[in-house]
Amino acid sequence: MNLGKVVFGFSILLAATLNFGFVYGDIDNPSHHHVSELFAAIVVNLIATIMKFGDRTQVGAVHLATSLVADVQLILAALVWAWTAHAAGAGESPAATASIVSLAAGALFANVVSVLLLIGETLALRR
Amino acid sequence: MADGDAADRSGHGGGAERAARGVGSPLAAQSVLFMVLRRLRTPLIVIVLSYSVSVLGLTLIPGVADDGSPAPPMSFFHAFYFVSYTATTIGFGEVPATFSDAQRMWTIVIIHLTVIGWTYALLNVLSLFQDRAFQRAVGQIRLAGRVRRTREPFHLICGAGDTGQRLARLLDRRDMRFVIVEKDEGRIAELELEDLRIDPPILHADAALPQSLLTAGLRHPMCRGVLALTPDDGANLAIATAARLLNRGVPVIAGAQSPRTATSMRAFGTHHVISPFDTFADQLILAMREPGCYRLLSWLTAPLDAELEKEHEPPRGPWVVCGHGRFGHAVSRRLIAEGLQVTAVDPAHDDGDADPAEGLPARLRGVGTETEVLARAGIDEAVGLVAAADNDVTNLAIAALARSRNPKLFVVLRQNEAANQVLFDAFRADMVMKPSEIIADECVALLTTPLLDRFLAVVRRKNDAWADEVIHQLRKRVGTRSPRAWTVRLDPAEAPAVSARLHAENRPTTIGELLRDPRNRKDRLPAQALMLLRGGGELLLPNDDTALAAGDRILFAGRGDARRRMQAALFDEKLLEYLCTGRDTPGGWLFERRAG
Repeated sequence: MNLGKVVFGFSILLAATLNFGFVYGDIDNPSHHHVSELFAAIVVNLIATIMKFGDRTQVGAVHLATSLVADVQLILAALVWAWTAHAAGAGESPAATASIVSLAAGALFANVVSVLLLIGETLALRR
Repeated sequence: MADGDAADRSGHGGGAERAARGVGSPLAAQSVLFMVLRRLRTPLIVIVLSYSVSVLGLTLIPGVADDGSPAPPMSFFHAFYFVSYTATTIGFGEVPATFSDAQRMWTIVIIHLTVIGWTYALLNVLSLFQDRAFQRAVGQIRLAGRVRRTREPFHLICGAGDTGQRLARLLDRRDMRFVIVEKDEGRIAELELEDLRIDPPILHADAALPQSLLTAGLRHPMCRGVLALTPDDGANLAIATAARLLNRGVPVIAGAQSPRTATSMRAFGTHHVISPFDTFADQLILAMREPGCYRLLSWLTAPLDAELEKEHEPPRGPWVVCGHGRFGHAVSRRLIAEGLQVTAVDPAHDDGDADPAEGLPARLRGVGTETEVLARAGIDEAVGLVAAADNDVTNLAIAALARSRNPKLFVVLRQNEAANQVLFDAFRADMVMKPSEIIADECVALLTTPLLDRFLAVVRRKNDAWADEVIHQLRKRVGTRSPRAWTVRLDPAEAPAVSARLHAENRPTTIGELLRDPRNRKDRLPAQALMLLRGGGELLLPNDDTALAAGDRILFAGRGDARRRMQAALFDEKLLEYLCTGRDTPGGWLFERRAG
């Protein structure tokens, strides 16, 4: 067992699960989507992205790409949240929540691809 | 990635090690980017973690309202705002509301956490910039860009040893461009200390790797030639082969020490192979047979402004060759072919008798630095000594010892390192063989005056009397200092005025008219035509009345300023008219109209 591999797999999976936890629930119900979980998802996603830096192989490149997509989606969601909750002064409306959650759901899709890559890679390894 | 090498992903520093291991092979811009990313993994994670812990803490710790009652904690948005300006030490103060003491305590943690995180990241980036592998990679990318943007013809010099450095100096003095590939950092440092007029692009890589040659511009449309001049025969062969395969059109000049390498290079279509040992051995024999020819040859190839040497021929009689390696072998074989008795001394030999039919000298085991060995080799009766070991100090010791026993010896020394020049100057040998100079000078002759090489080949075939006559004629015009050789091709590109004149009717032009001084046509330029090439045939020492024809190529020898003045006449029709007829036609369109 290799500690580096454990941390790598852990961060990818945690990014996906946190993302899922935030998205899970009615899409326009603000009480189903806590902003702390969005924050946690962003942090873990960023760490997962950084861990994928510097791998030149094809799979490594796709890994990095999926993470970058998830980052972009989640950060957009956070921006929408900051705008509606603070700058616009509208509070947490159902419409805003729906758009935040749908952006995060896009990130979830990218994260699922990332997890599938991880699984496929592990299965291809016959040692 | 199929082997799931996650250890490589989570570890860092792998890129630098990999780049350092691949010394020689140039890196692509992409690999540098990946290397930077890999090195930045840990610092970036440290920053992300310190930020997120700080933000999270602020969103949990309750604040205080103006009236002292507890207020809800900051939202993520305000927390991130506060951490952003605190981590970068901008410090706007307690925004948006005055903090509670609990929040202040956490702020202390934030400040220390994030500042340490940033410092750590910055130090990592700085150390990456100082990393040798990184700097090399960046340097190679810069060089590749510089070569790609070159719009002037250049030559590719592989190897910056004594030969490469000398060649670089000589080409630089002639305003020619070149790119240098060298794998030894010490050699590159020496080259950078050279006082070159133009800072040449230097690629720190192994020239024997094809990728290095491509990076250095082997396929560049302006690449005019590849010179394989490393001290390693194998590397030279690799360079010649790669150049031939990757760019068929580009001429390749290669140095080869062993005859076998030279044969392989020729078989592979290398345009010109320079074997310094054979070249020198041939010159030694030429000096013995036709001293005048040798004198002319060394005068024409001497460095600029060297004095014409006195005739000084190697004597005929028994010779001793100390050090029977490739050079010793090349010399002894030719001496035996001349019918001389040769004794070869070498520590790797078994004793053996001479076999002139096989070209073998009498062999003796030992080193020439021992009196007893030299005595057995017959140094007291010998007329000549060749100190041919590949160690300069050994050669000087052998020569000094031999000369003390037999002061009349003709001493031929092999000098391996240019750095030992002072020692060899002090010793005053009769002839010194410097492989690096032989190769570099021949390269320059081939690159700058291709006709000179052809003329020298003629000189080697001619006899003493002919050479003496040439020297006499040249001395009358040029003086005793070594002349500079140049080639003039009578075509519209290189001599527009002459070719226009040749195409016009009834205007015959002769070599003598080109040799008139533009300042006063009754004077003659200090120069002499050595050879005229027309339709494949060569005319040696054409006299002044020889009529010119379009397409002629003429080899001149003379003083440097003569060349400049002649060049002016080749381009200026009015000047040429004056030289040919003595008529000073007015210049300019208006005057031409008035005169017409």
